[in-house]
Amino acid sequence: MSDNNSKLSNSDHLEFEEKVADLDRQMNELRRLSSIKGIDYSAEIRRLQKTQVAELKRIYSKLTAWQTVQVARHPKRPLLTDYLNLMVKDFRELHGDKCFGDDRAIITGLGQIGRERVLVVGQNKGRTTKEKIACNFGCANPEGYRKAIAKMKFAEKYNIPVVTLIDTPGAYPGIGAEERGQAQAIAANLMEMSCLKVPIVCVCIGEGGSGGALGIGVGDRLAMLEFAYYSVISPEGCAAILWRDGAQAPDAAEALKLTSKKLYKLGLVDAVIPEPLGGAHRNVHDTVYNVERYIVKTLAGLKRTKIDNLLENRYKKLRSIGEDTAATIYKKTRPAQDRVKAALEAIPKPKPVPAKV
Amino acid sequence: MVKEVKNKWNGFSLKPRKEMPEGLWMRCPSCEHMLYKSAVEENLNVCPECNHHFRIDATTRIKYLVDEDSFQQVLGDLTTNDPLGFKFRGTTYKQRIKDDEKKSGAKEAMQIGKAFIKGRGVVLGVMEPNFLMGSMGFVVGEKFCAAVDKAMEDKLPLVVVSCSGGARMHEGVVSLGQMAKTSAALAKLNKAGGLFISVLTDPTTGGVTASFAMLGDVTIAEPGALIGFAGPRTIAETIKVELPDGFQTAEFMLEHGFVDMIVHRKDLRSEIARLIDYCRK
Ligand SMILES: [Zn+2]
Repeated sequence: MSDNNSKLSNSDHLEFEEKVADLDRQMNELRRLSSIKGIDYSAEIRRLQKTQVAELKRIYSKLTAWQTVQVARHPKRPLLTDYLNLMVKDFRELHGDKCFGDDRAIITGLGQIGRERVLVVGQNKGRTTKEKIACNFGCANPEGYRKAIAKMKFAEKYNIPVVTLIDTPGAYPGIGAEERGQAQAIAANLMEMSCLKVPIVCVCIGEGGSGGALGIGVGDRLAMLEFAYYSVISPEGCAAILWRDGAQAPDAAEALKLTSKKLYKLGLVDAVIPEPLGGAHRNVHDTVYNVERYIVKTLAGLKRTKIDNLLENRYKKLRSIGEDTAATIYKKTRPAQDRVKAALEAIPKPKPVPAKV
Repeated sequence: MVKEVKNKWNGFSLKPRKEMPEGLWMRCPSCEHMLYKSAVEENLNVCPECNHHFRIDATTRIKYLVDEDSFQQVLGDLTTNDPLGFKFRGTTYKQRIKDDEKKSGAKEAMQIGKAFIKGRGVVLGVMEPNFLMGSMGFVVGEKFCAAVDKAMEDKLPLVVVSCSGGARMHEGVVSLGQMAKTSAALAKLNKAGGLFISVLTDPTTGGVTASFAMLGDVTIAEPGALIGFAGPRTIAETIKVELPDGFQTAEFMLEHGFVDMIVHRKDLRSEIARLIDYCRK
């Protein structure tokens, strides 16, 4: 798999990787010439490779938000199925929500990561056209969210930790999805996951598309791969609303602060998992290995925490989302919680009033 | 770029309604009748001809819902600090807040406090549609959770009237996180045995529907209200099919099993009071 690097065809290069693609062409040409004419170009190729590495380092050290979105959506980026194959031993898929159907956009099942038995809940986008259609391009319907929470409740019963792998453009906006209660399904998951009595580790491996991502994204830890994105709305959607032009998506991506680094700085994700040079799609194995290491390490830590403390910490973590950043005014005056309490105490308790209906 | 889809949805459009021409008369967007403005106001802002429920601001809603002068607001001055420093082309979030504050007189998209409804003490939250489309950012999430805390502490029922375009995109993942935060707070309330009555009004969509609004012990909707996850325009653009009549209305949600009852605005007080009485321990 280490030759994964060279498996990228020219069409797999992103628009901002023109120079990298050009170097690839040059190297391929030299390889072709050396095999035809028997001239040794290896020194020349090594020199080009070095240049290419330097170029990739340069590009990927300062990706814009929109470029990050493109990397996160790269057609060769490792998908849920790669993680299941390379990271989860003895995976046994558990199908269906036992009510409506088996949503292929969310895959659930038991397996082993490191030495830990876990329930894996992951969003599946599909690689080939056929797969993509089968799993609705990773856009789950309500039955997907209901399947996820049903399996999590099952895992809770046997004290099996939950690992969720987030990768979706968003929950599916369709007629059937609304008829079957997309909003209710996601809401129920948020509520149930906030108090599920087993450790939950969430990793955003690609696209973290709004409520659709959050629907399996509430837990004790939220990590992101370096070039994944997590956003309240797609950059295209944001641009369409604010500018009535989806083509302004690059600006919207910037404004939404949706990259792992920005979100980490804002205190909204707990960890950023590094990707190999040039992004996850250039080395699937190393990417999956990095994610596996994070999960194993994090689960080990969470398992040492008593369940009551774990739940209390999880609640505190959820309850304080945005406190540091969204309301410094609120914070500056007095610690947030104290101020709320003081304000609430200032209201007199209700006097009994004669009821008349 | 955004294609206008059939005028069917005009009654439920997420865009702020067009200003009515100044004067004594107005046209009902639903039945097209010319209505005498003060007659509509006297009728709780409901069309006397067709029962179309007009969108009302939070202050008016509170006036209609609670016993006279019984609402005591808390955290009314809580404001956001623009966590992302949101700036897109010419528009900034800070400016938008200023504009909407001026336009609506509201400081944020939710008011919370204690009140009496027909003599029953409640913790009440009411969303404000005229402030950034009633969207949920940090402040709305924080106020909601404060209301839950107070309801638990005083063992009072929690009543929240939703009216929202969803999570507030100007606060990015901070606002997305409020969905998790409010739902987690409700899990606590649930465990403590507290009653939460969720009232859905036109419109309740996106991240608000997909969090606290759908987590009521009892879910009440106003007639004709747009209630859904994805906006109708988004759905139409995605699936490229014309949406069925009455799609995503309160009646649609009732039919599909996601609201408990549809209640006319004039009956809301008494229905809430009755539910509180039924759920008394
Ligand atoms: Zn009318």
